[in-house]
Amino acid sequence: MTPFKFSIADNPSAALDLLHKNNNAAFLAGGTNILDLMKEHVANPTEIVDLGRLQLNAITPGAAGVSLGALAKNTATANHPFVRKEYPMLSKAILAGASAQIRNMASNGGNLLQRTRCSYFYDIAMPCNKRNPGSGCAAMEGFNRMHAIFGWSEQCVAVYPSDMAVALSALNASVKVMHKNGTERVIPFADFHVLPKDHPEKDNSLNFGELITSIDLPKNNFAGHSAYVKVRDRNSYAFALVSVAAGFDLQGSNITNAQIAMGGVAHKPWRALKAEAFLKGKSATTANFAKAAALEMDAAKPLSHNKFKVEMGKQTLINAMEIAWKG
Amino acid sequence: MKQNISRLTPEEEKLFGDLMPEELNEVLDSGLKRRHFLKLMGLASAGLLVSHMVGAEQLFARSMEMEDIPDLMPAAIENGINVSFKVNSSNKKVLIDSRMTLLDTLRERIGLTGSKKGCDHGQCGACTVIVDGNRVLSCLTLAATCEGKSVITIEGLAKENELNPMQQAFLKHDGFQCGFCTPGQICSAVALMKEAKEGQASFLTKNLRDQPKAVMLSDDEIAERMSGNICRCGAYPNIVAAIKEAQTGKNIEQNWLFAD
Repeated sequence: MTPFKFSIADNPSAALDLLHKNNNAAFLAGGTNILDLMKEHVANPTEIVDLGRLQLNAITPGAAGVSLGALAKNTATANHPFVRKEYPMLSKAILAGASAQIRNMASNGGNLLQRTRCSYFYDIAMPCNKRNPGSGCAAMEGFNRMHAIFGWSEQCVAVYPSDMAVALSALNASVKVMHKNGTERVIPFADFHVLPKDHPEKDNSLNFGELITSIDLPKNNFAGHSAYVKVRDRNSYAFALVSVAAGFDLQGSNITNAQIAMGGVAHKPWRALKAEAFLKGKSATTANFAKAAALEMDAAKPLSHNKFKVEMGKQTLINAMEIAWKG
Repeated sequence: MKQNISRLTPEEEKLFGDLMPEELNEVLDSGLKRRHFLKLMGLASAGLLVSHMVGAEQLFARSMEMEDIPDLMPAAIENGINVSFKVNSSNKKVLIDSRMTLLDTLRERIGLTGSKKGCDHGQCGACTVIVDGNRVLSCLTLAATCEGKSVITIEGLAKENELNPMQQAFLKHDGFQCGFCTPGQICSAVALMKEAKEGQASFLTKNLRDQPKAVMLSDDEIAERMSGNICRCGAYPNIVAAIKEAQTGKNIEQNWLFAD
């Protein structure tokens, strides 16, 4: 690790003040990703601002939905009785990620800000436009079995690793962030993570000097008809090859609203908008699920080692829709 | 610390008088030092402690209570931070480099080498310890963030000479081969007992929407919830059996037999 100054913030504005004084400072919440990156010299902050004392760990149910504190732990969030009852898809997605130890440490805000696990991003001996803009993309011609099939660019084919965020995307969450002067802005989840385009070094639309304070979920009718399905190389404690979060609003067997997102396929949680549009107003049948899945996956652009993800994506979509329909 | 100096038990005093007479007065005057223990360890390996079992046991049991943690040379520390926290119910105050992880602090500064450094990247679980009741990875925890917290390591699970039930179960079921992952496995499993009691959910939980209630763990549930602890020897069936025995309190049949 590069030497760094360790600072402790007592409240959000103190944290932002510290960050603004040093362009090379970084926030520390759970630390499960940034410490790893620092050990690998992928991240080299000269100052760490510890957020451990900030009071941002409440999970607050309300009439409009639920507000998840940015510093609430993943474990506490997944196990909150209201979240389990009203947003089981989110609980399931969180519990699909990492291990019990890591979920005990990881914060909700930090989960959104974790970096890709592309092995070329992690290996500082290799070119990577995300780590070192302009150096090239080693994954494009390298081993890209784990990489994107949607929305990639010539600059970057990495995927975003979070499970939690896939559910948040399907649930139309929004991210509340705070600026130094205390003003807040709300970022719709669809705009929070970004596609790589020509700037893969940017994972999301946060600006320097902004602090996530909460993730807010609107009310929905999915609780009884939702699913999170994850396909991975081993049963547990592995990143997704493909994952699907799906929620249905139903009247009888008629789908009045479908919200579906995919993980492991793009630089951000991938909303299956084509599948959603097709399903709206249709009846919940296996044939319709298959058509919706095909519509979505036909637009995929796989790389040399991940063509399997297209069929896997199709089947996982169908599987998730079946589970959501059966409830 | 000072009180400990003159508090050698009669057995301990006899041990020093018999085996290290030239050191006895120094020990009585200024207390036990690490080098006394090193010398004792040498005698132990030569078998000379056998006749002093009681005294030796008492000494080793409290060895870590007795010493202040000496500061490193100033040149060895950049961005030094003083951290006070509890380790296995004893208060520790230590000056560390800001980069020190909890794992390195426990092993290199406090002398508790039970927690193991496997991958040092949060992938293997060998460094698992319990902080404020929850299992975490000490390799991904900066010691500087532990101010005021309470850390339990494998060394703190037994009560005096009585093993924690999870330790006993691991012994009975041979829940290890090389033993390197074992301290992490056991700390993880001990915290898992609390999680199951609280009704915490896992990826396998069927009825997530129900109110949380205490869970009796199936083999699959144990495998899922212990997936953060990798065992390269593959002692998994025995680890699962040990955790089952510890949770149920019932006699679970061992997966192994003595050779005839």
